[in-house]
Amino acid sequence: MAHHTGHDGAPPSRIVVQNVTKWFRTSRANVHALDNISMEVAAGEILCLVGPSGCGKSTFLDIIAGLTRPDAGVVLSDGQPIEGPARNRMVMFQEPALFPWLDVFGNIMFGLNRNPALTRQERRRIADDHLRLVGLERFRNAYVHELSGGMKQRIALARALAPDPHVLLMDEPLAALDALTREQLYGDIQRIWQSRRKTIILVTHDVREAVCLGDRVIVLSPRPGRLCEEFGIPLTRPRDINAPELASYAQRITAALKSRLPKDES
Amino acid sequence: MRRVIAAALFFAGLLLLWQGATMTGYWSPVLLPPPRGVAEYLIEGFRDGTLEAAMLVTVKRLLVGYAIGLAIGIPLGLMTSTSRLLQDTMGALALGLQTLPSVCWVPLALIWFGQTEQAMLFVVIMGTVWSAVIATDAGARSIPPIYARAARTMGSDGFDKWINVIIPASLPFLVSGMKQGWAFAWRSLMAAEIYVTILTGFGLGHLLHYGRELSAMDQVVGVMLVIVVIGLLTDKIVFSPWERFLHRRWGTGRIQ
Repeated sequence: MAHHTGHDGAPPSRIVVQNVTKWFRTSRANVHALDNISMEVAAGEILCLVGPSGCGKSTFLDIIAGLTRPDAGVVLSDGQPIEGPARNRMVMFQEPALFPWLDVFGNIMFGLNRNPALTRQERRRIADDHLRLVGLERFRNAYVHELSGGMKQRIALARALAPDPHVLLMDEPLAALDALTREQLYGDIQRIWQSRRKTIILVTHDVREAVCLGDRVIVLSPRPGRLCEEFGIPLTRPRDINAPELASYAQRITAALKSRLPKDES
Repeated sequence: MRRVIAAALFFAGLLLLWQGATMTGYWSPVLLPPPRGVAEYLIEGFRDGTLEAAMLVTVKRLLVGYAIGLAIGIPLGLMTSTSRLLQDTMGALALGLQTLPSVCWVPLALIWFGQTEQAMLFVVIMGTVWSAVIATDAGARSIPPIYARAARTMGSDGFDKWINVIIPASLPFLVSGMKQGWAFAWRSLMAAEIYVTILTGFGLGHLLHYGRELSAMDQVVGVMLVIVVIGLLTDKIVFSPWERFLHRRWGTGRIQ
């Protein structure tokens, strides 16, 4: 395993999704969540998936994370089929999902503690490096409830990056934050991505956020979730969420989204 | 400091009220002993060692029974929280037996074990186990599923997930369950000691029982005081610091 700090972490992975279909069967209804989805995510790319709620985008992310199995189809990570969660694919959820029984440092250590390849000192050093990476080294021994929403998501980001994953999966991690905090985190994510080069798959319902962060934006349609359109975003980074160049992309993507909504919901 | 003074004033007031009630002469001192009589009993009891010996016997029984009860109850509760089948079977049994006042186990224990130490232990365990099962079950069920999902993505599964995620996440509920279990254990032991007269150890319950037999109300009230103080001290020394620790970690418990 390569070094865990600085700018030379593990190489990003290529993700290949082939004909993934997912149903949810409950006693009351069968929901067709994802329908025959195929796509590729290049190594080191940021791919954003946008779609209205109920389009199965979180389910899709769960499948790539290995938390859910598809009913049909396969997902390959660097050619290997994904069969469960793994250290090289970390997830950031919409809720920070930090553990209240651990302090900030303990939370970042959680994933590192489960990697037998590291010594105790290495783990502690990596955790401290990542605290610094998100600029919260002063809160090393704080309890989770003492942090603001934005700080919690920063710690969640540090916790996800600390085990040096090849892929970072983000399930609307900024949706619950206020606009100003979100803007700061757009900056952080771009800065960290430029130094660490992870493959990132970000799920969001915020079109501007997708344009701000993504190399590509894919639009999903709801019930069942299907890929419908793809937009390349060839803007230079770092991007500012308020930059006027973003607007025309956002407009086109929003139009694509709206055209996919059933008439009575638009 | 203010809180200590307020508490001291409150209890001094109670004592005065008690003293006043005995001084009216309305109740016979045989029925309502004066504070002085009770104090004399307590001093004498501690001086000749009867009370210490009884406390030692009782607390030892309590700790052993409580520990066994938790050792059975907590794993059982974790199991009922994960399996529908166990919830419908074991969980229902626990729920039913928890509503049974623990003194109801005494006749059964007497017939099964006779006037023995085991009968005593059996009653305490039965008093503890079911509330431990129910509290643990409720605790494990109240954990946000996102914790388990996050843990899985970070490589925590199976046994590690139980030890390092599920149990710590349910600690606030476990503590209230353990506290409740303690209260139940304490009650059942007193019931057992009052009804099971054995020769292997003379506990506080026995002192209470013989105080009644001899119409020694000084002794009855004195022993009751000792029992109350033990319960209060356990709460203040064992459970309160633990609860404060959890409140600090979770950021809970500040309603005022």
